[in-house]
Amino acid sequence: MSTELWLVIAGCAAVTAIIKAAGPVALGGRELPPRAAGVIGLMAPALLAALIVTQALADGSRLHVGADTAGVAVAGLVAWRGGSVLPAVALAVVVTAGLRALG
Amino acid sequence: MDPAPSTPAPADVPTARESFRLGVRAGVPYAVVGCVLALSFGVLARDAGFSALGALVMSAIVFAGSAQFTVVSILAGGGGMGAAIGAAALMNSRFLPMGAALAPSLSGRALQRAAQGQTVVDASWAMANRGEGRFDRHFLFGASAVQYVTWLGGTAFGAFGGQALGDPKLLGLDVIFPAFFLVLLLGELRDARSRGVALAGAAIALALVPIAPPGVPVLVASAAALVGLRQPAGDDPRRGGVT
Repeated sequence: MSTELWLVIAGCAAVTAIIKAAGPVALGGRELPPRAAGVIGLMAPALLAALIVTQALADGSRLHVGADTAGVAVAGLVAWRGGSVLPAVALAVVVTAGLRALG
Repeated sequence: MDPAPSTPAPADVPTARESFRLGVRAGVPYAVVGCVLALSFGVLARDAGFSALGALVMSAIVFAGSAQFTVVSILAGGGGMGAAIGAAALMNSRFLPMGAALAPSLSGRALQRAAQGQTVVDASWAMANRGEGRFDRHFLFGASAVQYVTWLGGTAFGAFGGQALGDPKLLGLDVIFPAFFLVLLLGELRDARSRGVALAGAAIALALVPIAPPGVPVLVASAAALVGLRQPAGDDPRRGGVT
């Protein structure tokens, strides 16, 4: 494994540890400024949506629809209809693997 | 992982040991899901060029599923170190308000508090919340401990034994995380603003995929969250949760 990958792991561990320690050490129970809290609260929807589309609707640097697109869509449908996380993910895997086996 | 897990509230105040044990028990369902996710992380990390040991070390010292998977997917797409670490940091930014809320329930000196803060993961934090700004820290430690064990076990299984499973793509293992993320995202879309931010994030990322270096589309898409500057959030930003 390249040195670069070890550096990524170390960097990722460091930022995660600092972020997790910051609240307990520095903030000491004080609330974050409302504007900062507002941005952080919206970080998850923005990043999750971006990660989902770059994986399900793109292949490297080109847009691409495939078996994985269908699988992820099925998971969304199951969850949207009230299904829980395990059946949603399991069905996504089955649909994707099935379509790839056929194709 | 679940945005709103049930909060068991014992009738009288339990001892530290009892709390820890209750936490372990409450963490088991999340530990099972985490094990499966970690297995797919182990397989995909190998695909992205990690050694089996590298994948296991990452799970051991990062222990944040969404950040780990973000890093692997950006690297697998050809993205650089900076984009990968930057996106992981943004993904983990939710631990800032979560840690701040937890702070009054922790004890000891700065270093001890920092160490205790490392045990925060979404499901444990949510389940340890006793309301009115109080947290049961021993419950938190217990719930995270069991998830940590299966997170490492699943990663080891995927990273060392993944090859025996065959091509991860033929098995459809590469959709586990995007599918899981979509389930999480649907739980995050509580109001018009979060829906708008999700749509904007997706649109920015897709528009940039053909023209920007790999990894950058996801980073830039986080700018959609700046809408949060405009007015204080209507609901508690700490309530959201990704693994």
